[in-house]
Amino acid sequence: MRQHALSTIITALSISLAGGLLMSVWTVKEQARATFTGVNGGFDAVLGARGSKLQLVLNAIFHLEASPGNLAASDYLDIKSNRFVALAIPIAVGDNYHGYRLVGTIPELFQQVEYAPGRHYELEPGGKFFDPTRKEAVVGSFVAQKMGLKIGDQFHPFHGLNFDTNAQHADIFTVVGVLRPSNTPSDRVIWIPLEGIQKMQGHDPKAATDVSAVLVKLKNSSPMAGFQLEQLYNKQGNRLTFAWPIAATIAELFDKIGWFDKVLALVAYLVALVATASILASIYNSMNERRREIAILRALGARRRVIFSVILLEAAAIATLGMIVAFLFYAIIMTGAATVIRNETGIVLDPYKFNPVMLWAPAALITLGALAGVVPAFKAYRTHVAENLAPTS
Amino acid sequence: MPLLEINQLKKSFLTPDGDRHCVVNVASFKMEDQAQVVLSGESGSGKTTLLHLIAGILKPDSGSITLAGREMSALGEPARDRLRATAIGYIFQTFNLLQGYTCLENVLLGMSFGPGVDREFARSLLSRVGLAQRLKHYPRQLSTGQQQRVAVARALANRPKLVLADEPTGNLDHKNATESLALIRQACRENNAALLLVSHDRDVLSQFETVQPLAQINQTDLEEKSL
Repeated sequence: MRQHALSTIITALSISLAGGLLMSVWTVKEQARATFTGVNGGFDAVLGARGSKLQLVLNAIFHLEASPGNLAASDYLDIKSNRFVALAIPIAVGDNYHGYRLVGTIPELFQQVEYAPGRHYELEPGGKFFDPTRKEAVVGSFVAQKMGLKIGDQFHPFHGLNFDTNAQHADIFTVVGVLRPSNTPSDRVIWIPLEGIQKMQGHDPKAATDVSAVLVKLKNSSPMAGFQLEQLYNKQGNRLTFAWPIAATIAELFDKIGWFDKVLALVAYLVALVATASILASIYNSMNERRREIAILRALGARRRVIFSVILLEAAAIATLGMIVAFLFYAIIMTGAATVIRNETGIVLDPYKFNPVMLWAPAALITLGALAGVVPAFKAYRTHVAENLAPTS
Repeated sequence: MPLLEINQLKKSFLTPDGDRHCVVNVASFKMEDQAQVVLSGESGSGKTTLLHLIAGILKPDSGSITLAGREMSALGEPARDRLRATAIGYIFQTFNLLQGYTCLENVLLGMSFGPGVDREFARSLLSRVGLAQRLKHYPRQLSTGQQQRVAVARALANRPKLVLADEPTGNLDHKNATESLALIRQACRENNAALLLVSHDRDVLSQFETVQPLAQINQTDLEEKSL
């Protein structure tokens, strides 16, 4: 390996890239699915205008996508008073601040909701939750960091879900609190009072009591309750959509794009195969140059099976070296992917969390690498000693 | 009992024309323990093939080679490899050092497949041949004479009973050749190894008490090729 350092390094690097890619694709796929399906903001269901459940959940829980439409205040009050419902939190959307969504809601979201088991929304020191009657804002931690917003800052919202400098509202909001990181989509939105959205200058006054969606917490998270309400709204009614359970709705998204997963995985496997083939090519091509070296070793007493084993070990060593560096590539790829996902969704992936792929991918690639050494090893095994030693006298 | 005994040894090869040419046909040859013998013969007379047969690198078509009481010709290849690793040292004409290994590593390789690695002994051998300051040098960093000395040290690394030397001074100038030959002979004596050397060089032949013309013991159908 030392003698052919350059080709060894290049071959090992190709294994590193393949291994890093394989581990990254697998980890992102699994963590993303687990994280996304695990995020529900502390709710069991979402009620919204008639339309796609997925769109409703993406809009209301993940703060992505446009709202499928509005609900009347009476719809909100109806579900709030339903005997199966423990808590109903209305939200309204339609404005942004430099691309970061403004979400109007009521203080109960912060006072009564556990966004994750045992976890309530908390503020950074010095802040307070907004007064529902005032134009005040509580900023998600990610937005605060990216936009440099702090307590006391004032800002104009912009109309729409996408930033347009020409769509600035005249209203001015004051930041009164910054949320501590929750590692949920809530980190990347700005929370304002429900009426802040409803009565924003320039919004339709006829819709001043409408909401975009209602986040629903069922009593005891009862599946029977969820089923009953699903029947009520989705089957018997035709105006509204009841998206329940939230996790299953998101899982549907991953099922729909499952083919993309498979394509990514296939690409990763192919890259791994090509990388191990490069081990075969590299060592095999060197066999011609190394015939004399092998003949000398045989002349010194090395048995054929020793030569065979040495070549196999060389192949495995290159693969092992590659896989050690693969973790560096994995860290780089995962850090990049986690950053993008955090930026886009607020969801945090953990690049350093253990995944079984970190065991089986190295084992598989090292084994494949060793197997790639079989053909060159066999060629070395068959080297004719006398013919390949120095010219005879 | 002789250290080396050859009886009715034959080896032939197929030519490109499809004919069989007998390269080695030795009726009888013996060599005593710790003896130093030179086989003289011109190029193409079968000297290297004979050494390869004695070393177990080639298997004879017929006949026997007995080394230190073991009949090599009856051994399978792994056993011949093992015997070569433990009982035979080989000095090649072009040294055949491994270019990717240092001097010390080349000598260590000479013992790796036999008695096992003994770094101190390897160092002492290199010191004995005057290369104590060159342990970490690679062959390309040595002169021809120095490379040859590494080859000598490597040949003695496995404490062989018999050292085979194939035209060991063929690539050296006269001065280096004389010194090298003296070194080989002395080193073999010090390590209780017999020496069987093949050469066509008259200066080399003149250094030995026992010179065995190969043509007298090897009755082949090869044409003699002159230098």
